[in-house]
Amino acid sequence: MAILEVNDINVYYGSIHAIKGVSFEVNEGEIISLIGANGAGKTTILQTVSNLLHSKTGSIKFMDEEIHNLPAHKLVPMGLAQVPEGRRVFSQMSVEENLELGAFTRPKANIKEDMEEIFERFPRLKERRRQLAGTLSGGEQQMLAMGRAMMSKPKLLMLDEPSMGLAPILIEEIFDIIKSLNERGTTILLVEQNAQMALSIADRGYVLETGKIVTSADAKTLLNDDVVRKAYLGG
Amino acid sequence: MEFLFNLISGISLGSIYAIIALGYTMVYGIAKMLNFAHGDVIMVGAYICFFATTRYGLNPLLGVLLSMVVCTMLGIIIERLAYKPLRQAPALAVLITAIGMSYFLQNSAQLLWSSSPKVFQSVVGKGSIKLFDGALSISFVTVVTILVCVIIMIALVTFVNKTRIGKSMRAVSEDKGAAQLMGINVNSTISLTFAIGSALAAIAGVLLCSAYPNLVPTTGAMPGIKAFTAAVFGGIGSIPGALIGGILLGIIEIFAKAYISTQLSDAIVFAVLIVVLLVKPTGLLGKKVSEKV
Ligand SMILES: Nc1ncnc2c1ncn2[C@@H]1O[C@H](COP(=O)(O)OP(=O)(O)O)[C@@H](O)[C@H]1O
Ligand SMILES: [Mg+2]
Repeated sequence: MAILEVNDINVYYGSIHAIKGVSFEVNEGEIISLIGANGAGKTTILQTVSNLLHSKTGSIKFMDEEIHNLPAHKLVPMGLAQVPEGRRVFSQMSVEENLELGAFTRPKANIKEDMEEIFERFPRLKERRRQLAGTLSGGEQQMLAMGRAMMSKPKLLMLDEPSMGLAPILIEEIFDIIKSLNERGTTILLVEQNAQMALSIADRGYVLETGKIVTSADAKTLLNDDVVRKAYLGG
Repeated sequence: MEFLFNLISGISLGSIYAIIALGYTMVYGIAKMLNFAHGDVIMVGAYICFFATTRYGLNPLLGVLLSMVVCTMLGIIIERLAYKPLRQAPALAVLITAIGMSYFLQNSAQLLWSSSPKVFQSVVGKGSIKLFDGALSISFVTVVTILVCVIIMIALVTFVNKTRIGKSMRAVSEDKGAAQLMGINVNSTISLTFAIGSALAAIAGVLLCSAYPNLVPTTGAMPGIKAFTAAVFGGIGSIPGALIGGILLGIIEIFAKAYISTQLSDAIVFAVLIVVLLVKPTGLLGKKVSEKV
């Protein structure tokens, strides 16, 4: 069953036509990779799904409900969370406060308990729980941004280039966590330039080029596709 | 003794500036705009309290509360009608709108309440505290103003740092997009900020007119500008900065009046501001504008 259905969206920055009639879907339980070069429009698509940007046409359905006219903050309690590009942690606030904000739409939840769960997954955050998020390293900030999104208990978690700027060993750690989140029931929409890594954990993938989806297939098929290999996997 | 008297008077005047400066600094922090109509909300607050207590004989405390309620609503309405439609507009358009709103409030007050001065009855009572065998006499208003400022500061800092809503305000002030991704309603956060700032403006208006009872439609203008100066002086966007900036400004003003020149006191205040901004452009407690990576 499709948890997210994006149908024919067109997004503009002023006169720049950044997304040109994109459609895709994410089924419950899947890991979907959206890959594409820098500037292809990956971030624009995620921002549009989160309603921080708006499409001029088409529809976006989350769990069969049209969300494309809702204000952005209403999507979080429905179960849609995003880890934005560049982490965007609240740098003047502590690690704990960032996590609390992740649970903002769940005022009655047992936040302490949920936070401990996040700390189990990211022990490094626990050691730094009272530190300002701005003082964390890039990898730690990525973990915090992920932990923060997980605090909202999303059904669908969208991640925008979680590997960006991280050392290979950290990238592996982050991807392991994404996989284990998925195994525990969270559907994942993963946006990456790092196509190799992204496709290696995905069920299916979409390839985006200058605002259009040019290919979509099983992740395995894409990994072995000649064109894709040439363009995104270094031959 | 005179020095001590001036110092306490300066702190008290500075407390009023600080309470007003909080409104400027919070709105700037959240909505990234300078609400130049803020000073005139003070004036409205003072008029409401004046009519409630002097004309209709309401208990002073109820008068202050009523004035807070009215100003809170006024602040929310101003934001909804004048500033919200300009969320995506260039900063200059917003600034001009704010200045226009300031004149609109002043002119409306003139129309409604006439420009003839009203004599404001202090809500605190006329007495004073005598210290050092009567050598130092400090009016109740002076003392109450300082106390109220301290209470407001403690309450506000606690609210912003410890409560869920306060934290969401800090999140909005840092990154509106990321805040929305947390499920925070940015529009209602901005409304709340205007509401808090305007309620504080009402308190400031009542305290100001309790100390300086001459109430006219332009009463809020000069304190408004000075408090804005105080906010910039302390570091705009910073709550402790508003406190420090306000108090310092009050002290400098009173000392300049007492020891240098009554006429030049305002010029001296602004000269100090300019020097501080030359040395530290972000103000005393201002944060560096962090680069987005
Ligand atoms: N704020 C903006 N204003 C104008 N153009 C933008 C803006 N953000 C992105 N773009 C343009 O939209 C296109 C897609 O950008 P983006 O979605 O960030 O791509 P990606 O995430 O795949 O790198 C690019 O051509 C980019 O230059
Ligand atoms: Mg991007």
